[in-house]
Amino acid sequence: MIRFWPATASDVAAQVDQLTGVLLAICGAILLLVGCLLLGFSIRYRRGSSAKRGALPEIVSREVEVGWTAATLFLALFLFAWATGMELRANPPQPDAIEVHVLARQWMWKTRHANGAQEIDALHVPRGEQVRLLMTSQDVIHSFFVPAFRAKQDVLPGRLTELRFTATETGTYNLFCAEYCGTLHARMGGTVTVMEPEDFARWLAVQPRGDDLAREGAALFVSLGCAGCHGDRRGGSATVRAPKLEGVYNSPVPLQDGRVVTADEAYLRDSILQPRRDVVAGFPNVMPSFAGLVHEEEMQRLLAYLRSLKDAP
Amino acid sequence: MNHITPAIPAPDAIPHEEPSYLTAERGIGSWLLTTDHKRIALLYMAALTAFFFIGGAGAVAIRLELFTPKADVLTADGYNRMFTLHGTVMIWFFLVPSIPTTLGNFLIPLMVGARDLAFPRLNLLSWYLFIFAGAVLIYALVAGGVDTGWTFYTPFSTTFSNGYVLLAGLAIILAGFSSIATGVNFLATIHLLRAPGMGWFRLPLFAWAIYGTSLVMVLATPVLTAVLLLVIAERGFGLPVFDPSRGGDPLLFQHLFWFYSHPAVYIMILPSFGVISEIVTCFSRRNVFGYDFMVYAILWIAIAGFLVWGHHMFVSGQSIYASLAFSFLSFVIAVPSAIKVFNWTFTLYRGQITFEAPMLYAVGFIGLFTIGGLTGLFLASIPIDVHVSDTYYVVGHFHFIMVGGAVSAFYGGLSFWWPKITGRKYPMTWARFAAILMFFGFGFTFFPMFIMGYLGMPRRYQVYPEEFQVWHVMSSAGAVLLAGAYLLPMGYLAWSVFWGEKAEDDPWNATGLEWSTSSPPPRDNFRTPPEVDEGPYFYHPEGEGPGHDHGDPHRDQVRTP
Ligand code: HEC
Ligand code: HEM
Ligand SMILES: [Cu+2]
Ligand SMILES: [Cu+2]
Repeated sequence: MIRFWPATASDVAAQVDQLTGVLLAICGAILLLVGCLLLGFSIRYRRGSSAKRGALPEIVSREVEVGWTAATLFLALFLFAWATGMELRANPPQPDAIEVHVLARQWMWKTRHANGAQEIDALHVPRGEQVRLLMTSQDVIHSFFVPAFRAKQDVLPGRLTELRFTATETGTYNLFCAEYCGTLHARMGGTVTVMEPEDFARWLAVQPRGDDLAREGAALFVSLGCAGCHGDRRGGSATVRAPKLEGVYNSPVPLQDGRVVTADEAYLRDSILQPRRDVVAGFPNVMPSFAGLVHEEEMQRLLAYLRSLKDAP
Repeated sequence: MNHITPAIPAPDAIPHEEPSYLTAERGIGSWLLTTDHKRIALLYMAALTAFFFIGGAGAVAIRLELFTPKADVLTADGYNRMFTLHGTVMIWFFLVPSIPTTLGNFLIPLMVGARDLAFPRLNLLSWYLFIFAGAVLIYALVAGGVDTGWTFYTPFSTTFSNGYVLLAGLAIILAGFSSIATGVNFLATIHLLRAPGMGWFRLPLFAWAIYGTSLVMVLATPVLTAVLLLVIAERGFGLPVFDPSRGGDPLLFQHLFWFYSHPAVYIMILPSFGVISEIVTCFSRRNVFGYDFMVYAILWIAIAGFLVWGHHMFVSGQSIYASLAFSFLSFVIAVPSAIKVFNWTFTLYRGQITFEAPMLYAVGFIGLFTIGGLTGLFLASIPIDVHVSDTYYVVGHFHFIMVGGAVSAFYGGLSFWWPKITGRKYPMTWARFAAILMFFGFGFTFFPMFIMGYLGMPRRYQVYPEEFQVWHVMSSAGAVLLAGAYLLPMGYLAWSVFWGEKAEDDPWNATGLEWSTSSPPPRDNFRTPPEVDEGPYFYHPEGEGPGHDHGDPHRDQVRTP
């Protein structure tokens, strides 16, 4: 059977389709108008036909011109306002969203659930709950694209990008890499499987899990020498004065230049790769950059560890 | 009353004894060292034909491979090289130079009433630069292969690609210099060499379109040069600019690249606006509707085209507020294009329309360009663009504009001015057939791309899930028709040069200075320097319509002093 419309499996997909539908209707009408005028005039005013000629009526030469300029401008503004409103309202972040880390590399998608369960070229998510993908790439730019969700986001090296969606229909859908990334770009795909929440919980529980992300991160924190300065929770020695990292995640941090920023993933990441950029108020900027020393997968573990650090009571 | 005043008796009163530019000098050297803008236009035409075949070969390879979902003709790298070849050649070595360097070169001095372009030797130099750049590019594509796509995204192009990226970058930089030289030449010519009485608002719309195009060429191309130099610096000399592992930013590349490449789409489409305006007004025997609106629309597009590059980056990770601004500006730039479509359509109103081949191309252009433009509204809406960017929907959209639009206009313009250029007529029945075939072949090839794109078929894919095959098969089948429609004119136009009937000076009874000289024109364009005292279009007296029985009303109005 030939398909004319893609599957609609997320809340955003339904909205996007609605917008597409209205645009199709408007554009169809414009096309019909232009087509009818072109054909109509071509036939009616063919050379030698008996239709009335003479000068253009006064109204046609000015008012009509100004009229359609204004009309297209208003139409354009209306469409902009509508599309933008939809974009701004789509997928507001929810605190209890399911977080999945996505690591792209030439030509493979690795996904990792919060409990450490890993998948390759596949992603399982529950229906009806917001999923938040935290994505980065190990090499070139890729793009995470699920047509059925009408969702797409480029995945960049050295940067964390985020994609949120809420699936509404169970099933298995195509996952594509949409940004050209080299030889096997066309084969860099997989599937996204949407399951009922209970099924998902069952599925997740029986996954062999890699070492728990945060636990691996803790080990790295010591072996990379972070603990030497920052101290670890087990009371390691802290010879250099460095900020405590407990509870830092998602809390406000005052900086030396007077700004106050929220310590989200991107900030933590920058703190490790480019510590000179945002120096915490009251501390010397002695932290070395770990750019080039910490590769992407290790970074994800470190971040998971930092996020797991709760404020010590 | 509207008219051109030939300073001395009407042109046909002079016996045609002076040789035309074609016969003024002989021998291969007289062509390769010529500074005559008309001969250089023909040199460009030869070069562009060659590049069109090379780029076309890439398209054939792509469509052949995509006939089935599996890889069956090419290797994965081979396919990537093919679409890179197709894209780079078609953009920089065919479409960007197409109308400006051929029809523009030939017609601009004629239309403004000048003997030649302002800098004839620079004109020749830019052709040599172009040929040299093309040779370097072809060498890079054939000897080493380039697999970055025409977009050269970093860090793939700087760190990961294995092809001859440096050489390809160099070739495109050189082609850029050629295009800047051409732009400067046109700007200087239109500013400085207009005939006495040829005020700005007496310029034909084709000259305005080339003026707008040249502005964009001169202002945008240096940014392309800069960004390609940065790619070369990083790839060749290890200077970290885009590589994030050394503090660079890959998105910087995209901003700079699209800052050139979005205006570049207007470099490709603005000249065709000019061509279509000339054709539509001539064959409907009606002065173009809303001349000054048309001029302002061209300028509006040329300027606003610089402000919308970010609409190529909605999913790149740029900030949402940047995306909103770019989305807004993209909607706004749709307005002048809409003005043009309506004005062409209303030029037909109360006309005396005939359907020679150029007119058929023009009507086809209006249809295809309208579809191309309307599909752009979907892309300017962020939620939809997120879904369709980097899919076949985008491939469909830009082919409608650039191939359905610009290439149809190029063929239309060629068939319109061919009698002036060569002094020969071509067989009209064949030409009409080719024009109609191009319209349908084009639609057949590219319309399915919108559907498969919305279904989610990503671009630059050699293999794909089976569900998309129907659309690919349709598209490949249509491409056969389209190829025929492109080849056919090459056949009968070549035929006409040898066996075609001799053309009169003004075979279409068109107005405009270029038609007042002989076909083909003499080396110095006009036997007597023209003077102008009215606008470019006077197909009927002001305040009246074109009469039923005379197809050449302007002839009646040429004042005999
Ligand atoms: C030489 C001592 C030293 C080492 C080793 C070090 N840090 Fe730091 N770190 C600092 C200092 C001092 C600051 C505060 C100044 C600044 O922001 O640069 C800091 C700041 C930070 C911050 C920002 C804290 C906040 O409150 O905003 C984070 C996160 C961080 N370090 C993580 C790490 C990690 C992870 C490692 C190991 C990979 C590490 N650090 C290794 C000294 C160090
Ligand atoms: C003869 C008809 C043509 C066919 C069948 C055709 C087909 C295609 C296809 C299928 C692609 C997508 C390749 C992919 O993403 O895998 C493509 C890309 C492209 N085409 Fe064409 N094309 C044709 C003519 C042209 C012409 C005349 C031009 C310009 C003058 C052109 C310019 C481009 C460009 C710029 C790209 C993008 C290349 C890239 O993504 O790197 N095409 N074409
Ligand atoms: Cu890819
Ligand atoms: Cu653009």
